[in-house]
Amino acid sequence: MSKEKIVLCDDLADVMPPEYHELVENATYGDQDRGWKDIGSSKELIEQHSLCAGCPESIAFRYILASLPAPEDTVFVGSTGCTSLVFPHVAVHNIHSLFGNQNAIASGLKRTLKSRFPGVEKDVVVLAGDGATVDIGLDMTMQSWFRQEKFTTICFDNELYANTGGQESGLMQKGFVAKMAPKGKNFEKVRLAEIAREAGCAYVAVLTVSKPNRVEQVIKNAVLVAREIGPTFVQLYTPCILEIGKQSMEGLDEMKDSEQIGGRFVQKEYITDEAQKLLDSIKEETKIRKKAAKEAKKLVNA
Amino acid sequence: MSHYEVKAGPEAFLPPAAASMGNVLPDPGEAHIGGEIVPEDEAYDKAARMILGAKVPTIFPGPLVLWKLNEHSNAKAKAIRELALEAPMRIIPMADYRPKYPKIEAAVEINPNHPNLTIWHNKIDVCIFIGVHCHMANLSLKIIRGGTSCYTIAMCAMAGHEDACLSFRDADLTMVNKLKATIQKLKSEGVKSQAVPFTQFVMNRSGFVVEPS
Repeated sequence: MSKEKIVLCDDLADVMPPEYHELVENATYGDQDRGWKDIGSSKELIEQHSLCAGCPESIAFRYILASLPAPEDTVFVGSTGCTSLVFPHVAVHNIHSLFGNQNAIASGLKRTLKSRFPGVEKDVVVLAGDGATVDIGLDMTMQSWFRQEKFTTICFDNELYANTGGQESGLMQKGFVAKMAPKGKNFEKVRLAEIAREAGCAYVAVLTVSKPNRVEQVIKNAVLVAREIGPTFVQLYTPCILEIGKQSMEGLDEMKDSEQIGGRFVQKEYITDEAQKLLDSIKEETKIRKKAAKEAKKLVNA
Repeated sequence: MSHYEVKAGPEAFLPPAAASMGNVLPDPGEAHIGGEIVPEDEAYDKAARMILGAKVPTIFPGPLVLWKLNEHSNAKAKAIRELALEAPMRIIPMADYRPKYPKIEAAVEINPNHPNLTIWHNKIDVCIFIGVHCHMANLSLKIIRGGTSCYTIAMCAMAGHEDACLSFRDADLTMVNKLKATIQKLKSEGVKSQAVPFTQFVMNRSGFVVEPS
């Protein structure tokens, strides 16, 4: 898949509705600097979604898809949960795995892609909820980290089982009372980021999706480090507004509150020295490339 | 197994899948008409007669011929346009499989999740599916048979569709041209198109260049 393929056939282009003409003109495939700022105009990867109105997961999806360094060469592995409702609307290759199996599927997939396309960097990204990542699939999640599988795991942490009515999950905070957990949770929230770090992830980040530029940077870092070094993990707080008794408009406030100092989702990153070195070199290369492009533009204008 | 005839609907809210009623797909060189396996040539004749006898015959090209995936897609798109001009038939694209909210523009597009809206809106009585991925074509064909009286023809590049009223298999560029040639032949024999006069809409990024009639 490449931008060359996002072209309409000559003889039927004139019967295509306007949005497809726009899609061709604004496609970001192949653009090294694609990012969250393209969300308003680019819609080749996602346009509409089937989640609840105001669901933070829906905006997380948009930020992630806009931030992928090479969507044409990326395969998502999803699992059962609210995320699986969105994948039918997403124009990136994706696989729906058995509940909790996503990291095992991704391990096989990554190895197969490497063998099948030796000259192309194919990114594999696992995107699953906290139930699939931490409870039912923790074994598969951790084993893939132990084996140093080179792919990114993204966990949409809404702190409970949302689409089955609000049961307690490992990432739920202590004492929280949910519809299907009426007595409140007795145990602490699992510290998955620290587990990931100790299990061998080269890059780990925890944050909310309230700030798109931060999400973009984290996703790009995670995917690029996974390509070169080893497993990476990103935990994104995407609260289920229905299950925590909020209105559609209150998702953003909930995320902002939780990332205040002392909150559960103050942004944190764990980066190994090797990963940091790689990220620094990428940053430097990007800076040089942008500077060269700017100068070239100046010359053309002159 | 009993023979289940796949007729134009409306059959029921949930028509049975023809395969579940014992209908099988044609072998290479064959096609099916209403579920009965026939030689391919017989199906060309039947399809051409249905197209010429229809008031609003329409082609629904799918993503495999709308997007220039390779030169074959482009050539097939050209052949489809020529077929539409020869009949004449309208062209309404199935550009996207994703559900559209709040609703599709039924005059200019068809969506596999509610194809009946486009059929009803345009009063389409015969349609051809071409370049639509099989799983989406199956979904649409069943919905159309369930809720509309439209006669469905599938020009499938794979193994054909039991749920179409008439289905070709292995439909490549040559077969699209052969259907066009059959229409030309029937016309030369005096069979006239019953299509109501229409204007094919034309669009660009800002909307209609030519409004549909």
